[in-house]
Amino acid sequence: MSMMFAPRLTEAAAPTTHAAPTWSPYDNNGGTCVAIAGEDYCVIAADTRMSTGFSILTRNYSKIHQITDKSVLASSGFQADIRALQKNLDARHQIYQHQHSKQMSCPAMAQLLSNTLYYKRFFPYYAFNVLGGLDSEGKGCVYTYDAVGSYERSGYSSQGTGMQLIMPVLDNQLKSASPLVLPLRQSTTPLSEVEAVDLVKDTFASAAERDIYTGDGVEIVIVNRDGIRHELMDLKRD
Amino acid sequence: MTKTAIDLPPKGGFSFDLCRRNAFLESQGAKMPKFRKTGTTIVGLVFKDGVILGADTRATEGEIVCDKNCEKIHYLAPNIYCCGAGTAADTENVTDMVSSQLELHRYATSRESRVVTALTMLKSHLFGYQGQVSAALVLGGVDVTGPHLHAVYPHGSTDTLPFATMGSGSLAAMAVFESRFKEGMTKEQGIEVVCAAICAGIFNDLGSGSNVDLCVITKGGKEYLRNYQQPNPRSYTHSKGYHFTTILSSKIRSLRNHVRVVEGDAMEEE
Repeated sequence: MSMMFAPRLTEAAAPTTHAAPTWSPYDNNGGTCVAIAGEDYCVIAADTRMSTGFSILTRNYSKIHQITDKSVLASSGFQADIRALQKNLDARHQIYQHQHSKQMSCPAMAQLLSNTLYYKRFFPYYAFNVLGGLDSEGKGCVYTYDAVGSYERSGYSSQGTGMQLIMPVLDNQLKSASPLVLPLRQSTTPLSEVEAVDLVKDTFASAAERDIYTGDGVEIVIVNRDGIRHELMDLKRD
Repeated sequence: MTKTAIDLPPKGGFSFDLCRRNAFLESQGAKMPKFRKTGTTIVGLVFKDGVILGADTRATEGEIVCDKNCEKIHYLAPNIYCCGAGTAADTENVTDMVSSQLELHRYATSRESRVVTALTMLKSHLFGYQGQVSAALVLGGVDVTGPHLHAVYPHGSTDTLPFATMGSGSLAAMAVFESRFKEGMTKEQGIEVVCAAICAGIFNDLGSGSNVDLCVITKGGKEYLRNYQQPNPRSYTHSKGYHFTTILSSKIRSLRNHVRVVEGDAMEEE
């Protein structure tokens, strides 16, 4: 007669359940980030809306942070944690410059970011990062991260609330080689800089249609051999 | 274990048998499926000659917009319309059901429907389901006793008001109403205030968006103004077309030899 797999529904037999926590140290301020690496350029873009719950905090907030002359970090998630992370990286970069008399390369910054995130493995930065820039050879590079520092170099990436809307379009249009195919190809897209910026604008316009947290404006940063350029485009404000 | 009660056939309505199981699963970490809600801004306002109802047109499934241009102003009777916020299936079905009941009632009484009749039918249905039918409505219409506007809450309570707002954008819209509402406005003034209230919800609430729908009901009749304002055009379109998969080969088979086409009436579309 024993029913071995019946769930125990009585209070006495059930393990003590905690009441749902009312306070959380985290909040999600929403937003989407995208980066695309080209042969000799890198495009990094993020929307400018900062929200909480169903309200908008500001329509004009920059999620993009330039760390070195050749590395640009775009992050979505909890902006307070992201601010702290940016300051941390800036301080570490300053120390590096004092010790080595030169700036960090983008791949070096990528590893530093990964280590910084994993350092807080048990109370993570609620930050979904995309690092973009030029490597030492002048080729575009994009690194994607999860919240605790797992990272990978790829040809393009998106993170944030609109990531699931944008990523399939980028996969389709940029046709990245699978990372499982050997020899490993650090692929960059064959698109020109102008075409890549056009694609980024269109994907953000589409994401703003369907994701409630993406909108207001998109800030686009283009890193190439001539330096760093900024563009701003309006998005739907509803 | 002996059963003391005889198993009776189900009488209809909701069966709450699985609620304990659901609560247990949720405590173990299982995620409940999301409902499609209209996360909305709906408003109503009484003016000199009647009632104006307004609504946005965005339907959301969690954080994603599933319908950019849905209709939230539902027909109840030729002189009565109802805006709905909350779970989309609930608002659709409860308004369809009351609309049918009102039509039968009109045949039985040979009279134009009254707004309080619709109100009583809605509130007793919602109260009977103890808030499980998640429909928050703004009901408005003009009948022989004059213009009426009511707010109906999911648990079955109602308010009778000169202006009302519901949905996630109700605070933004109410701020506009409290600031600009006056008794006895003209139709043009009323439409302007209602549009401003809906736009406040569209731009400041993330659960509302897209276009403004209006419905103006007076003693003479009604004007259903679908997409009266469209303040949100798409911001950017790719300059050239997109290239997707390359076609490797194509084969076209004509079905004319296999299918015999017989004349018939076109299907009626709802």
